[in-house]
Amino acid sequence: MSTVDRALVRDVAAIAAAAGVVGVSFGAIAVAAGVSVWLASAMSMLVFAGGSQFMVVGVVAGGGSPVAAVLAGLLLNARHLPFGMVVSDVLGRSWPMRLIGTHLMVDESVAFALAQQDPAKRRAAYWLCGGTLFVSWNIGVLVGALAGRALGNPDALGLDAAFPAAMFALLLPSLRASADTAESKRAAAVARKVALLGAAIALVTTPFLPAGLPVLLALLGLSVALR
Amino acid sequence: MTLLPVLLLAAGTYAFRLAGPLLSQRIQVSARVQRLLTLSAIALLSALVATATLTSSGGFGGAARPTGVAVGAVLAWFRLPFVVVVVAAAGTAAVLRMLGVP
Repeated sequence: MSTVDRALVRDVAAIAAAAGVVGVSFGAIAVAAGVSVWLASAMSMLVFAGGSQFMVVGVVAGGGSPVAAVLAGLLLNARHLPFGMVVSDVLGRSWPMRLIGTHLMVDESVAFALAQQDPAKRRAAYWLCGGTLFVSWNIGVLVGALAGRALGNPDALGLDAAFPAAMFALLLPSLRASADTAESKRAAAVARKVALLGAAIALVTTPFLPAGLPVLLALLGLSVALR
Repeated sequence: MTLLPVLLLAAGTYAFRLAGPLLSQRIQVSARVQRLLTLSAIALLSALVATATLTSSGGFGGAARPTGVAVGAVLAWFRLPFVVVVVAAAGTAAVLRMLGVP
């Protein structure tokens, strides 16, 4: 454990605490949408990808079909494919460990791994972050699902506002230049255009289309990046 | 909601996660394709933020939620901690609803 330094543990703890809070809101929202406590927990352990879980519950709660919900969730999770190509070296050599490590692949664990140069530290950061998030996320979901039912209406707590705000905070780093270079600024500008156009397409089509489809149509926002 | 869509989502998501490590031993994805995959996630998440903020059941969802999200977004913009962003957004919406704002 000598490769796990104190700063890494502190940063992972902060992210894990935040994930726990979002997990609580997911549990409460899922229960409010008619998902049972055990199904919300099972989904969180088996899928372990917050954005897609919120999307599936949101589509179903909004009256969409489960098929559209799963397709929308899968589309959202397609980004794990390039992620996996980036972090495949940290997963280890033995196949049982590789298969476990694969399940811990989330935005945060990938980002933590990328921030480290040394291979041993890369591996430590990925596993510490992924493992801690798995625990805090699932505990949070269970607590939220149980409390949400006791509280009756999570909207009274404003939890429906917490989720979009959290997603926005997670999106922000992608929409800002990561370095003071022309290349980085140009990439961030393209990302902002794609984000704005995608959001606008989804908003404009929401009154006319079945739930879930407007979010998929947001992919047309990519057109500004293809020119 | 039933267990089947959850299992399908779980299996599909795991397949996406596993495909990367399996493929990286064989082929090299171009930087351009990687960038487009990232941008497609940004487009989807932005659309999700916009619709989750402003709509519910295909119509406008009331003023309390977007106001709460706006407060959270401003705090996130000024790089306040994630937990502060989440709690402030929820707290704003909750207080507004307590005051009778839909």
